[in-house]
Amino acid sequence: MGEMEQLRKEAESLKDDITAARKAVQDLTLQDHVAGTAVVGRVQLKTRKTLRGHLAKIYAMHWGTDSKLCVSASQDGKLIVWDSYTTNKVHAIPLKSSWVMTCSYAPSGNMVACGGLDNMCSIYNLKGKDGNVKVMRELAAHTGYLSCCRFLNDNEIITSSGDCTCVLWDIETGSQKTVFAGHLGDCMSLGVAPDFNTFISGACDFTAKLWDIRDGQCRQTFGGHESDINAIGFFPNGNAVITGSDDASCKLYDLRSDQELITYQDSSIMCGVTSIAPSLSGRLILAGYDDFNCNIWDSLKAERVGVLSGHDNRVSCIGVTPDGMACCTGSWDSFLKIWN
Amino acid sequence: MTINTLSQDGVQRQQMPCLTKTPYYWMSTRWPASELDYAIYLAKKNIRKQGELIEYEKECYNALHKRINHTWDFVVMQAREQLRASKQRRKADRIVLECQEQAYWLVNRPPPGTLENIDYGPERRTMNTRVQLIRMLNSTKKSYVKYCEQYQPHDPIMQGCLPSNPWITDDIMFWNMHSETVAVPTKLRVERWSFSFMELLNDSMGRKEFLTYLEKEFSAENLCFWQACEDVRHGETSKIPEKVDEVYKQFLAPGASRWVNIDSKTMEKTLEGLKRPHRFVLDDAQMHIYFLMKKDSYPRYLKSELYKNLLARAIVPQETKKSVFPFMRRQRHSSPSPALATQIGEDDGKGKNSNSVKSNSGTASRL
Repeated sequence: MGEMEQLRKEAESLKDDITAARKAVQDLTLQDHVAGTAVVGRVQLKTRKTLRGHLAKIYAMHWGTDSKLCVSASQDGKLIVWDSYTTNKVHAIPLKSSWVMTCSYAPSGNMVACGGLDNMCSIYNLKGKDGNVKVMRELAAHTGYLSCCRFLNDNEIITSSGDCTCVLWDIETGSQKTVFAGHLGDCMSLGVAPDFNTFISGACDFTAKLWDIRDGQCRQTFGGHESDINAIGFFPNGNAVITGSDDASCKLYDLRSDQELITYQDSSIMCGVTSIAPSLSGRLILAGYDDFNCNIWDSLKAERVGVLSGHDNRVSCIGVTPDGMACCTGSWDSFLKIWN
Repeated sequence: MTINTLSQDGVQRQQMPCLTKTPYYWMSTRWPASELDYAIYLAKKNIRKQGELIEYEKECYNALHKRINHTWDFVVMQAREQLRASKQRRKADRIVLECQEQAYWLVNRPPPGTLENIDYGPERRTMNTRVQLIRMLNSTKKSYVKYCEQYQPHDPIMQGCLPSNPWITDDIMFWNMHSETVAVPTKLRVERWSFSFMELLNDSMGRKEFLTYLEKEFSAENLCFWQACEDVRHGETSKIPEKVDEVYKQFLAPGASRWVNIDSKTMEKTLEGLKRPHRFVLDDAQMHIYFLMKKDSYPRYLKSELYKNLLARAIVPQETKKSVFPFMRRQRHSSPSPALATQIGEDDGKGKNSNSVKSNSGTASRL
């Protein structure tokens, strides 16, 4: 037994050595190039709007492409489409199952989707002939909860599930077109590339994978996190992936050099990251945490430059508008706040 | 290693080639890598495709030619034989063998300057690898800094926006000025088209302007073809066959009214695929035309009078004056977060030095 302990200690110290060596190399390069960049200074974002209407925890939100409409999902069994600028509710859609965990707005603005513990992804048509919002399709085939879904267009949607797979669906026929299998743990989150050729998924096996949509293959796998990856997104240039994990850190992985570039962590932060979104230029990364706050990171210098505090419970979702104007946070306190 | 082939019906099949057939190339057997064998390998490469030998390989080839000139006929004959034999094999096996062969020679005749990886083993954290790693990371980090700097003026959270951020001043002029159908675009918007070809194509006004330019150059069919392909890729599954047929009639058929110039190999492959149309059947042709426009028409468009005139005419919006109703004006200070408690009193929310980014605070806002 003593030998096992010894070996374990040796493995741990080797791990520490590798991390230190990696960090040393990173620090060298960081100083070289980022020293010349202008300092960001302290970023203060203020709440401009509060969207009230949900009666229970908000689990997900997603902006529409017009940067004004957004959809949010709450465990009170409602999907609400907001005109966030006027704070009016455009649609309040009652759901069959109230255990919803994700929602998505189609790029065309014609549809919204949601899903959760019912293992199904329900697609709602917002532009029905008689003005009513009805279920258009129910995509059922997953054997685990639906953790995230994202539309590619009005005909295709990608979902990630607790059954460790992601699936590309044809909405018209309601059938699975491609199954992306390979993760060893529940898939928690997914993000589609700006060019719609690939997507990334983060899972409870502590890795993120890059998938090719056309041929269903996993192109790259990124490790390094020490706990479940809860949130994932593409860096705006499409060449990097940002992830947020239960190990209280966020990481930036570069796709072309196939490695982790930067870790965003602070010894004072000890709670998990629930959601992540980059600003339009990518210079700022906004991440929502379990401690009711959102931290704003300078993505190049890996320093914390701001905090969004105002929620009374965990921040469960965050999103930056496509035009980069504002960011929206949704929380378990049942409110959505718009900041800039 | 598996080889994925996308066959015509869009279903992909995997073939698992046999890796065990060539013990010659296994490192473990440590066959001595003789000069003769290397000469044969280089000769094969040379015969297969002219100009495929890279610099140091050319030098080696010439040096070998001098040194073992007496058996050169044998070398060439062997090379030809091996090439002929490999043609008999299945494509998958051939690829595997070629990869193994290439890797074998990369280790046994490495290009000048590389480390002897196999010989040094895991303790090879020498200065060389560290420098290489740093150099690679350097160029990667440079590209991120460049991207962030380029887009910073377009990032409203970093740098504010003109005339004003509607979320702060409740004035929607920004959105009006940036709508799709506005007569005169803003300067920032037109500048953004020069960042990358995708930026131009993603903006509907940019696409319109580009189409006007292409019409002058009589190559408008390229952009129309690209858009038609996008429509197939993102449209309804049931409409794919008819859409693909339309595309064929308009752009690909011999004598078509808007025939696009694709190389014969791609055209052949596309026409074969059209027999069983699926969502991605036009991808190769679309990619070819995309790169054609990107490398040729797009740079010329950016230098054209059309673009330069638009840029000159483009407006820089005036900053909206702050609200003059005193009763609406409330100095807002964000409640400092406990995490940043040490910085209270440092500033009053307004950017003091030119380096500080946030300059929009202090205006009237409603919560």
